[in-house]
Amino acid sequence: MKPERSHNDIRIGFYVCHCGSNIAATVDCEAVAQAIARLPGVVVSRDYKYMCSDPGQELIQQDIREHGLNRVVVASCSPLLHEHTFRNACAAAGLNPFYFQMVNIREHDAWVHTDRAAATEKALALARAAVQRVRFHRALEPTRLNIRPEVLVIGGGIAGIHAALTLANGGKKVYLVEREPSIGGHMAQLDKTFPTLDCAACILTPKMSAVRAHPNITLWTYSEVVKVDGFVGNFTVTVKRKPRYVDEELCVGCQECVKACVFKEPKFPDEFNAGLGRRKPIYLPFPQAVPQVVLIDPDRCLRLKTGKCKQTCVEACADRQAIDFTQQEEQVQIQVGSIIVATGYKLFDATRIPQYGYGRYPNVFTSLELERMVNSSGPTGGEVLLRNGQPPRSVAFILCVGSRDLKTNRWCSRTCCMHSMKLAQLVREHTGADVTIFYLDIRAPGKGCEEFYDRSLQEGIQFVRGRVAEVTDWALSPEEEGKLVIRVEDTLAGFVRRIPVDMIVLAVGMEPQADAQELRRLLNLSCSTEGWFLERHPKLAPVATFTDGIFIAGCCQGPKDIPDSIAQAGAAAGEALALIDKGYIEQEPNTAYIEEADCSGCKSCIPLCPYNAILFDELKQKATIQAALCKGCGTCVAACPSGSIRQNLFEDEEIFSEIEGVLA
Amino acid sequence: MKYSYFPGCSLKGLGRAYEESLLPVMRHLGVELEELEDWNCCGATAYMSVDEAQAGVLAARNLALAERAGPHDLLTPCSACYLVLNKTQHNMADFPDIRERIHRALQSARLTYTGRTRVRHPLDILVHDVGLDVIKEKVVRPLKGLKVAPYYGCQVVRPYSTFDDAWNPTTMDRLLATLGAEVVHYPLKTKCCGGSLTGTLPEAGLRMCYILLKEAVRRGADVIATICPLCQFNMDAYHDQIDRRWGPTRIAVVYFTQLMGLAFGFSPRELGLHRNFIPMKELPAEVGKT
Repeated sequence: MKPERSHNDIRIGFYVCHCGSNIAATVDCEAVAQAIARLPGVVVSRDYKYMCSDPGQELIQQDIREHGLNRVVVASCSPLLHEHTFRNACAAAGLNPFYFQMVNIREHDAWVHTDRAAATEKALALARAAVQRVRFHRALEPTRLNIRPEVLVIGGGIAGIHAALTLANGGKKVYLVEREPSIGGHMAQLDKTFPTLDCAACILTPKMSAVRAHPNITLWTYSEVVKVDGFVGNFTVTVKRKPRYVDEELCVGCQECVKACVFKEPKFPDEFNAGLGRRKPIYLPFPQAVPQVVLIDPDRCLRLKTGKCKQTCVEACADRQAIDFTQQEEQVQIQVGSIIVATGYKLFDATRIPQYGYGRYPNVFTSLELERMVNSSGPTGGEVLLRNGQPPRSVAFILCVGSRDLKTNRWCSRTCCMHSMKLAQLVREHTGADVTIFYLDIRAPGKGCEEFYDRSLQEGIQFVRGRVAEVTDWALSPEEEGKLVIRVEDTLAGFVRRIPVDMIVLAVGMEPQADAQELRRLLNLSCSTEGWFLERHPKLAPVATFTDGIFIAGCCQGPKDIPDSIAQAGAAAGEALALIDKGYIEQEPNTAYIEEADCSGCKSCIPLCPYNAILFDELKQKATIQAALCKGCGTCVAACPSGSIRQNLFEDEEIFSEIEGVLA
Repeated sequence: MKYSYFPGCSLKGLGRAYEESLLPVMRHLGVELEELEDWNCCGATAYMSVDEAQAGVLAARNLALAERAGPHDLLTPCSACYLVLNKTQHNMADFPDIRERIHRALQSARLTYTGRTRVRHPLDILVHDVGLDVIKEKVVRPLKGLKVAPYYGCQVVRPYSTFDDAWNPTTMDRLLATLGAEVVHYPLKTKCCGGSLTGTLPEAGLRMCYILLKEAVRRGADVIATICPLCQFNMDAYHDQIDRRWGPTRIAVVYFTQLMGLAFGFSPRELGLHRNFIPMKELPAEVGKT
């Protein structure tokens, strides 16, 4: 099926869009239309203010009917924005939409040039190329792909939990995969939430339990996604399930084993309490953990490390026999139609700013460490204490640690101003200490947040504007003896100050997860230069990605607070639901096909295909391409030694005539 | 192990004790230093702030001489020289107009500088090239019980932190510990010594010295180890004035190379220790015991 070669009956309509002044300010649209009108086969050539508007589309349809157009070219913006608009316009007038070709003279021309004459010449060259190529276009039909209704949610923080519950409540089957032994994420570590000061656990744990109980949710904690194959509608995902050495089905969370462990006292740093607390080798991550199943740390457990232990835990578990030292890592494969990525963030490592003394001065804490301290189930039972066990009489918060800083991270982490003010109010409530917040700008844009800032001021919290230069412990005056001293330029007072305090809290910012790049490669996502997952469009498609069927929610896309994370999670679930309920998607018919007569059966294309779309017909000794699997990458087309693989919308004739058009 | 050696003016005058201790210590460790022939002023401080490009010409001439002398790195003990030579390399790499001006000046003296020669500080070479294990082997008199405050000053770590952290450098701490000394926690290790303010604005400059000295005494240090001739001079020479203003803060300030020499078994006189205004106290009784 070679493209038609006779052009006597080709009737092309050409349209150049002003896009208000976006294009017209830099490109002489009228001149372009006039020049294109003189090309052979061009029946109408017009310029118009907004081609994407209803009257603009109507113009095309009217010309198709009145002038019998059988090819249409529009020179305007990026095809990403309006290709479907104009294809639909053609189809509405009875023209096969693949007889349409789009030219981008906005992003590729008007917006990136200032010289009007040169930009006009470039627009003309691009338009000529499209007019030349469109002659060879053929009528094509998009293929339909069915969408599986199952959804994978990666990450069991508040965003992942909310997305999973929304989908499950909508009747869809959800796999929720979480890397840690419990779901809950960072929110589970928080004591209270701003600006309402409501208890974080009280609003989170009901959702965590709902996940556990929901018949539509399969929850896999302590598990990681290691492989993703396939494409929208039909992903095959491999999940690695790490051994807990405790049978999830048999354990009831009584923790008798923890009490019985041969380590009488908790000895090892406790991840959930940011290292401030201690746990045993066998432990429940935190009281409200979901699932309520203990696990054994193989690096700490004597039985797993040395093989020599009295195994008092097994004794304590008795007839239940939930402890299983022979558990191995397993890999499970699942089939899903769409994926929601909600993998969250990691906190900035405060030792990267040595002048703030974290790790050197014991009474310099991170905001998360203080958060655990004010929590009544935390390592200090809810008391704010210095390392010597005494309550502090003065506490300073340093904001923007690892945020808004050219030397570390340039972005604003968005939550630390509010988070620090919340902690400041809690510290005053718990200890009555003097609290000073060192800030660059207070950013309190959320609902109720400015009011919260007001309240902080009224409660006597001091605010000093300036980036802290240094935290040190050398005293200049008697009142500085034994204290930590903050050196800062107070930019409102206009001089350098030294402020002695007992405790310093660093409001550490948010960063992309350390292994975000690995997940990015697994899922074929894009990342911003900072490493956050990139949305398809910053305004119009904030939870979609450039990979169809994969959505992002929460802090993996950029720093945000709880309400924003939940809003995104709901949006991502909604997009997945829309996809599932439609049941299919139409696939661009830009697929490759084989001219069977020319195929020599050399098989060189088969290993090259990234999508495993090429099979070999042993009977005919020819290769065949499965159109449903072909993504139109063109690799096989370029590689075929006999030139027998061709590709719809990228036929040799189309590409060569396009080049001729540019160079004409 | 061979390096070109650029002493700069200080090591031949005010800071001669630095050279007097650096050379034997390096020789003792098998490091060969070849002094640049016909070196000139590095272009430091005052000139640099009047005309950066012109000062850069002075620095670049030394760099060009080093490049001509061979492929070795250039050892630069004085912090001011170290900074100016580094800064000139950065300026030549980043600013075409400065590079052009310097090239023209060098050409008139039939010299060229392509940027190959690396400028190195002795602390960097001792810790990273020679190695602490090799140094440890040479220690015959461990400085046991000697409490030392490590003071780096500003110029080797800022603005270019080339071989150590800008805020909390630790190379000298590790080196002193290798000699057996007890390193005192000294949070002022990179705070300014007052620089030339001790001469131009004594009220401000001397106060900065006083803060450094007082804090070292307060933390129980027997001696302050420094790596810069100007720091050593400021903190050693003005004790009379400082004492008069703020009360006595007597503590000896010596070069780290002098402490190395002591640990290697050299006599104080061989290391120029007699040149100090405030002499080092008797070494603790444990020194030398293993």
